[in-house]
Amino acid sequence: MSQLTKEIVTDPLVDNNPIVLQVLGICSALAVTSNLKTALLMSVAVIAVVSFSNLFVSLIRTQIPSSVRIIVQMTIIASLVIVVDQLLKAFAYETSKQLSVFVGLIITNCIVMGRAEAFAMKNPPFASFMDGLGNGLGYSLILILVGIVRELLGAGSLMGVTIFQTVNEGGWYVANGLMLLPPSAFFVIGLLIWALRTWKPVQQEAPDFKILPSHSEEGA
Amino acid sequence: MLKKFLETPNDNKIKTITVVAVLCLVCSIFVSASAVALKPIQQKNKQVEKKTKILEIAGLMERGGDVDELFKQFTPKVVELSTGEYVDDIDPTTYDQRKAAKKPELSVPVGRSDDIASIKRQAKYATVYLVEQDDQVKKIVIPVHGYGLWSTLYGYMALDGDGKTVTGFGFYEHAETPGLGGEVDNPKWKGLWPGKVVYGENGDVQLRVVKGNVDPSKPGSEHKVDGLAGATLTSQGVSNLVQFWLGENGFGPYLEKFIERNG
Repeated sequence: MSQLTKEIVTDPLVDNNPIVLQVLGICSALAVTSNLKTALLMSVAVIAVVSFSNLFVSLIRTQIPSSVRIIVQMTIIASLVIVVDQLLKAFAYETSKQLSVFVGLIITNCIVMGRAEAFAMKNPPFASFMDGLGNGLGYSLILILVGIVRELLGAGSLMGVTIFQTVNEGGWYVANGLMLLPPSAFFVIGLLIWALRTWKPVQQEAPDFKILPSHSEEGA
Repeated sequence: MLKKFLETPNDNKIKTITVVAVLCLVCSIFVSASAVALKPIQQKNKQVEKKTKILEIAGLMERGGDVDELFKQFTPKVVELSTGEYVDDIDPTTYDQRKAAKKPELSVPVGRSDDIASIKRQAKYATVYLVEQDDQVKKIVIPVHGYGLWSTLYGYMALDGDGKTVTGFGFYEHAETPGLGGEVDNPKWKGLWPGKVVYGENGDVQLRVVKGNVDPSKPGSEHKVDGLAGATLTSQGVSNLVQFWLGENGFGPYLEKFIERNG
């Protein structure tokens, strides 16, 4: 793999992560991370959709009329999502039931459309596929991290295997029920963003405006 | 020809329409091919799931056991609900009660005052699953359904060979609020059902879900199950569907004859 392709794949993992830097795809990141298994399956689904939608869009990019390009992209993405959904129902039935509507909602995931429009429309097929792969992996990385934190603290288990024995089962660990509810994903992602931006200060955004003090010193 | 088409500027109207039409055609073939090809596997998954649920509710599920093999313990039979008699000319393995409830020739409307489970129409026939041992029926599993708060709950109830003691109860499909009405799936709550008695002294359906906790020392507690906290309407719905399906419009006639036969 050449240096450039490597960069295309690894850049979205940390330096240009779709969730924590671009803050895209938050909706599904909240919904499917209450346990690690659904987070993993969702990751696989998104990686497949974003890579292949990039590939197909890139293949026909020179022929797409600019007036309908968004619709063309959506058609390709939607078809891929339906196929992925059908595959999951056939080969991962139990977990796909837990994912319910969120597989279908990949169609509206901003990351997929964003990559098609921003990258695949301007780059050759192989590079586009790799870009999709990288962004899918970047999304997955955060999903898996959040899934681990939530399942471990919320249910004391990972992939359904007990790690901390909870009080309900006669152990010592008092499960934190909040972790199983969607708001906790906000906290976990927020903390991740904080940690990442402390480690890589480049990612900190300049404030858009400065908040004025509520009263002036001498007026008091 | 193709070359000429590819070289036409992309904003040409005819080209735009052609590109979109071809894309739609390709995508639709792709999508329908995958849907058709995967359908048999998906249907098998659904069947295995249903069988697993029936086995779980009857208490016959073994970890790691082969579902199809375990399911052979059951003798499925089709029952005509109004008479309570077995029907032989309908194949119980292919009869689909849920589909039948929608077909005019296979279903009857439920009278308004009788329709406590809010199901509107009910199938004329239902499949029951019997567990037999030495010519004695040990267990009967009957399908039940009814409206909760948001959704219709579909489930099964397992009864003991005496035809009136519950040995298991659960739902395989519903869309109640997770954490509130969705607690119908909670194993602790489902564990309250076994041992409860359906019929009272005079043959009425006494089994129901009550608000709050049941005091086991009081008379009649064998007919009552604790309601779910924060899910009054779902609890009420479950109570109604139990009353409906075990009553005279549901399996009442069948169970009455069953109890007579089995002494």
